[in-house]
Amino acid sequence: MTTVLDSIALRMQIRDFYDDYANTLDDVDLEGWVDYFTEDCHYRVISQENVKAGLPLGLIYCMNKNMLRDRVTALRETTMFEPRTLRHFISGVRINRIEDGLIHAQANFMITEALSDQEPTVNLVGQYQDILEQTEDGFLLRRRDCVYDNYRIRNSLIIPV
Amino acid sequence: MSCNHTEQAPRVVEAPIVINRRWPEEGFTRIPAWVYTDPAVYKKEMDVFFAGDTWNYVGLECEVPEVGSFKRQWIGDRPVVMVRNEDGQINVIENRCAHKGAQICWENTGKVSDFTCPYHQWNYDLNGNLQGVPFRRGALGKGGMPKDFDPKKWGIKRLRTVNRGGSIWATFSESAPSFEEYCGPDVLAEIDHMLPGKKLTLLGYSRQLIPSNWKMYLENLKDPYHATLLHTFYITFGLWRADSKSECIPTGGGAHSVMVSHNEGKKKSEATAEMERFRDDLRILDAETVTPRKEFNEGRVGGAWVFPAAQFGIQANSLKTRHVIPRGPNAHELVFTYYGYEDDDEEMTRLRLKHANLLGPAGFVSMDDSEMLKQVHTGISGYPDSVSVVEMGGRDTEPTDYMVSEVLIRAFYKYYREAMGL
Repeated sequence: MTTVLDSIALRMQIRDFYDDYANTLDDVDLEGWVDYFTEDCHYRVISQENVKAGLPLGLIYCMNKNMLRDRVTALRETTMFEPRTLRHFISGVRINRIEDGLIHAQANFMITEALSDQEPTVNLVGQYQDILEQTEDGFLLRRRDCVYDNYRIRNSLIIPV
Repeated sequence: MSCNHTEQAPRVVEAPIVINRRWPEEGFTRIPAWVYTDPAVYKKEMDVFFAGDTWNYVGLECEVPEVGSFKRQWIGDRPVVMVRNEDGQINVIENRCAHKGAQICWENTGKVSDFTCPYHQWNYDLNGNLQGVPFRRGALGKGGMPKDFDPKKWGIKRLRTVNRGGSIWATFSESAPSFEEYCGPDVLAEIDHMLPGKKLTLLGYSRQLIPSNWKMYLENLKDPYHATLLHTFYITFGLWRADSKSECIPTGGGAHSVMVSHNEGKKKSEATAEMERFRDDLRILDAETVTPRKEFNEGRVGGAWVFPAAQFGIQANSLKTRHVIPRGPNAHELVFTYYGYEDDDEEMTRLRLKHANLLGPAGFVSMDDSEMLKQVHTGISGYPDSVSVVEMGGRDTEPTDYMVSEVLIRAFYKYYREAMGL
């Protein structure tokens, strides 16, 4: 039986997890970002347009943790991009249900972007739709769909969502 | 209150748009910077090309599967709607009420039985015919449209439309040649290669807004030289590199082009020394991301640019159309529409989705394209009198069987100057 106190505690822990995740990306700690996922994870950045139409295509579609590691290698070693500072704002954290020991949760994200010679602009807004696993070392994402509300990506999407 | 009809209206002096520019003497081996930023040039491009004698990509047949299914789209600045009518035919109509010009379709996709303009509720059938005008006879015996108002004359313009293997094309022009004649055999062969008549399955869209002139994207896709240098993933994993078998074919007087290459996998050669960004040490853990399943002609990749604003191309197992929508001189929208075939097995669908990681706004080999195009546009905007030089691979416009060439860009500007009268 889950008590009210348990559920408040769990929600606080999940909120902390999301805040830590945001902080990791704000610091561009890409190697640390990978550590938030399970080996058999699914990570996708997908438009609301595709989700509503039932279309599977993601801008980023990682079908396992190695694909996340490869993306980090690509960003670190091969990609040319304009210097930028991102801030991830996460709110509206909700636990939708707990099923077979897995936590189904969601949260809103807003990401601002400051390019090297410009003021910050709102870059991407949307919702995380997650399935989390609780391990001895804390939570891990088994599945994360980053569903963005933007109709278009503003130029390019470099740092993961 | 009355309107004084004798009152003098404000005087207006007609001011035609003049493009007061001179192309550099060297001709098509030079590109003047003002061609990307001058609003008068942009306006003329919209008239001459997008609204002129060209065929424009509108979408895939599979996007409008049922009667009444529609997709909103743009041809240059002009909003249009692609819709399937009661006979199963696909129409492309202007997205503009004949009355006051409001968009009759506000959603990207959906299904309707007819179109009603929300402003004054003029109603149109799926062929664009005007079916109803509220208060046409007035109210209380007063007002209404003049007796000789003929609804047949006030339908929404329906564009000439063609379906080629499941791809839909339209033109505003009554004088444009047939689609087949417009494309020519080389471009048509590329389209037929990718759309062999099999039923298509839509996989999804990616859209980005790139802060650069639309021609810069066109040039980027006519430029194999940059792809052999900028894109480490391409060259390292042999997806596209300077020393693989390739062809650059300008066609349609330079307007269109075909650019193809072969995926040869990771290898070292004499040419790799020139590719500063070739990374012998680069390891990829999920090798499948850069390893296509054999599908088309033993790893033949590339595609055709169909002037003015579409490209049909293959990269690994991802099939997609790229569509450029100009958004003023200083920005363009780039839309990738990914698809597969109805008879794809589960593995092939997975590979098509996986290989889509290579392209688009977050793609391993194209996130740096949009980053670069922004730099180019910013770089030239402050120097409208500067010129760029496109002499790589010579100063001519002959087809090549090698990649280190800017021949397709030269051929394009040869065509462009003539068409624009510049």
